[in-house]
Amino acid sequence: MRAAQFCSSCGKVQPPVPVDYFTFFGFPRKLNLDTAALEKEFYALSRRLHPDLFAQANPEERAFSLEQSSMLNDAYRTLKDPIKRTQYLLRLEGIELEEQSKQATEKARATGELKKQVVPPDLLEEVFELNMHLEELKAQKKLGEDDPALLEEIGKAKLSLEEKYDALLNELKSEWARWDKTIDTGIEEDRRKILDKMLDVLNRRNYIRNLVRDVNEAMES
Amino acid sequence: MATDYIVGIDLGTTNSLVAYMQGDSPVVIPGDDGLNLVPSVVALDENNQVIVGNAARKYLIETPERAVYSVKRLMGRGSEDIQEELKLFPFKMADDLHEGEVLRIKIGDRTCTPPEISALVLRQLKRNAERFFGAPVTQAVITVPAYFNDAQRQATKDAGRIAGLNVLRLVNEPTAASLAYGLDKKQNGTIVVYDLGGGTFDISILKLHDGIFEVISTNGDTHLGGDDIDNLLIAIALDDIRGDRGIGFEDDVRRNGEAVARIRKAVIEAKIALSSQPTVKLDVDLPGGKKYQREISLEMFEQMIQPIIDRTVGPCKQALKDAGLKPEQIDEVVLVGGSTRIPKVRRLVQDLFGRVPHTDLNPDEVVALGAAVQANILGGGSEITQDMLLLDVTPLSLGIEVAGGVTDKIILRNSTVPASATQYYTTQVDGQTNVAIHVLQGERELARDCRSLARFDLKGVPPMVAGMPRIEVKFLIDANGILRVSAREQRSGQEAEIDVQPSYGLTDEQVENMLLESFDFAEEDFRQRQVIEARREADTILVALAKGKKNHAWLELTNDERRNVETLEKSLVEVKDGDDYHAIREAIDALNQATMRLAELMMDTAVSTALKGKAMDNTEIEEGPQAGHPVAKADFE
Repeated sequence: MRAAQFCSSCGKVQPPVPVDYFTFFGFPRKLNLDTAALEKEFYALSRRLHPDLFAQANPEERAFSLEQSSMLNDAYRTLKDPIKRTQYLLRLEGIELEEQSKQATEKARATGELKKQVVPPDLLEEVFELNMHLEELKAQKKLGEDDPALLEEIGKAKLSLEEKYDALLNELKSEWARWDKTIDTGIEEDRRKILDKMLDVLNRRNYIRNLVRDVNEAMES
Repeated sequence: MATDYIVGIDLGTTNSLVAYMQGDSPVVIPGDDGLNLVPSVVALDENNQVIVGNAARKYLIETPERAVYSVKRLMGRGSEDIQEELKLFPFKMADDLHEGEVLRIKIGDRTCTPPEISALVLRQLKRNAERFFGAPVTQAVITVPAYFNDAQRQATKDAGRIAGLNVLRLVNEPTAASLAYGLDKKQNGTIVVYDLGGGTFDISILKLHDGIFEVISTNGDTHLGGDDIDNLLIAIALDDIRGDRGIGFEDDVRRNGEAVARIRKAVIEAKIALSSQPTVKLDVDLPGGKKYQREISLEMFEQMIQPIIDRTVGPCKQALKDAGLKPEQIDEVVLVGGSTRIPKVRRLVQDLFGRVPHTDLNPDEVVALGAAVQANILGGGSEITQDMLLLDVTPLSLGIEVAGGVTDKIILRNSTVPASATQYYTTQVDGQTNVAIHVLQGERELARDCRSLARFDLKGVPPMVAGMPRIEVKFLIDANGILRVSAREQRSGQEAEIDVQPSYGLTDEQVENMLLESFDFAEEDFRQRQVIEARREADTILVALAKGKKNHAWLELTNDERRNVETLEKSLVEVKDGDDYHAIREAIDALNQATMRLAELMMDTAVSTALKGKAMDNTEIEEGPQAGHPVAKADFE
């Protein structure tokens, strides 16, 4: 069921009703989403809701159009991106993912506070080694030295991280399939487990992304 | 009476234009001097009369303290952030300017805010359009650099209001250009618009899809353009002059407004010439009979400007990155802005995107043409525009300051507008009843590095334990890229509906006052102005006729002709002081027609010089009754 953006009898734009983004587009709450269909729908709705089409309308209709089209844009922006879409679903299902977010990291950096950040167990060894290398690099840079072997080591570590990062997207997608199945079959029991798993994948992914960024900064500085 | 003309205006740093949709194609409306470009120059003449455009340019040299150019650079900015500008431009600030106040610039013995000066340019364009249509114009689409922040957009909108225009939409310049470009192409694909103008640089990447123009990413620099090249060349010339004592100028040449203005004019001409020839000679007459001469080769010129044009590379790369695209995925590159005429700039763009950029549309006019297309769409569209829709983005992230001086981004850059987002916050201290909301724009992590847009307090939060209140902050960006913010404490329902007043903006009241003080916009005013201008024209003709009657050509007319002229002269004298515009107009046209033979005879007998420059000169004869709509003259103030 799609949210009613227009009056069913007169066709005029309506004030937005608070619905989730999936409902706004009339999509089921599934993560494997037909992005081509989403885009098509986005364009079609834009052609009916955008404020440009209401420049000569009365103030009420103009206000409705502004709200409806901002909701349309927000919904499209969120759903077209696989990561944002997953995060949005998790939030809809009552799961907060602030802790590992980039924002939290930056806030911690700027304020000098320590940020709660748990190293994913499978990365422990790698991260430990990488951090040692980075310390070494910093020390060398201070002395104005340059060790190509060290840079190569770090470069290799970075490449391995980037590979893991890409692999995590595939891992996430396999969870999508499991999630979508629960929607189709209506089986409730596994839902929480799948959501937790997705959260775990997203957190690991964020962790690696922050790590790669640190490496880049260390190498550039 | 047709009052529904909506015009498209390109309010540029160096030049401004007004255009409208004539049938299926957008056209630029020329000024009364017949030129499409109206230089964004405002001057006060010796009678304190406002002069705008080409006519104002001579004041830049003759009385530089009574003329202002490139005021767009100051729009929406505060006194703290224009120090660099002051070093490079001869802006003189009002003496009684306080920090945190809207800037005021000295022009002659008056002071004006940047929106007021821009409004004078807009008013000139409005009048040009009114003269062209013979009807009032009250609605417009105005373009702004895509990278303009909220305060700069707000200031542009204020300027429109002051000029008596209802600004239906602010459109980003590169996006407007793409509309003009896409009008006859009707194709799908990814295009890049590289817009290097007089004072601003924008890069936008768009996806064209069956008439939808969807901006994917945008980037830029609102203080980078042809002006910077001019300033560099001026600095080099000034160094030369100071170094060469033989010229007779020493330390004071930089402070000699007239000398700098002459050099500026010469280097701009040299810059333009170097787009089509390998070398150019600078030859400037300095005040006091001195001369400055120098030859500049294209090679030298290109070396000098390299650092300036290189500053466009970073934003281009960032825009590509934000769009998630590689250069080879770009289908077309479009060049906009006068500075893209420089061959070196074209080569840079070609190297960046790996394809020859399009230059088939006039880079000076394409933005105004696109604005006219958008004006047409907003007016309800026509057959050619009915499938066209612009989906633009916000160029910079928006957020608020949170504890620790950190920026918390609420809407990210390159989000399609309109856009909205809601974020929740809480208090830090027990019993806190006021929460300060500091609205920021920019990409940096720390609040102090971002642009401060507004500050307001959410007051009357019921005292609660720290962390208990749930404060909802809602951002809404409209289709103009202008932000509205509201905040609400959810547990108590306490609301603060905030009218976001930009930190360096004008209040609504100030804008109202500016309107009332010196500007006109009502249809009634338009009619009155039409009458006044027709009267002026009538006077000019009557004076010229009085002179003509003393000429022996007058005696060569037949008695009937003379009688006819005198009857018509009498009726013009009768109606010209009345308020009936059409009656005056008809009387002028009739008299024009009747005196045509007189003027011809005067020409034939080679005494036309006696009347040269008067109403019956050559152009008057050729244009006959069609000539002489009321012109959009600057009025007396």
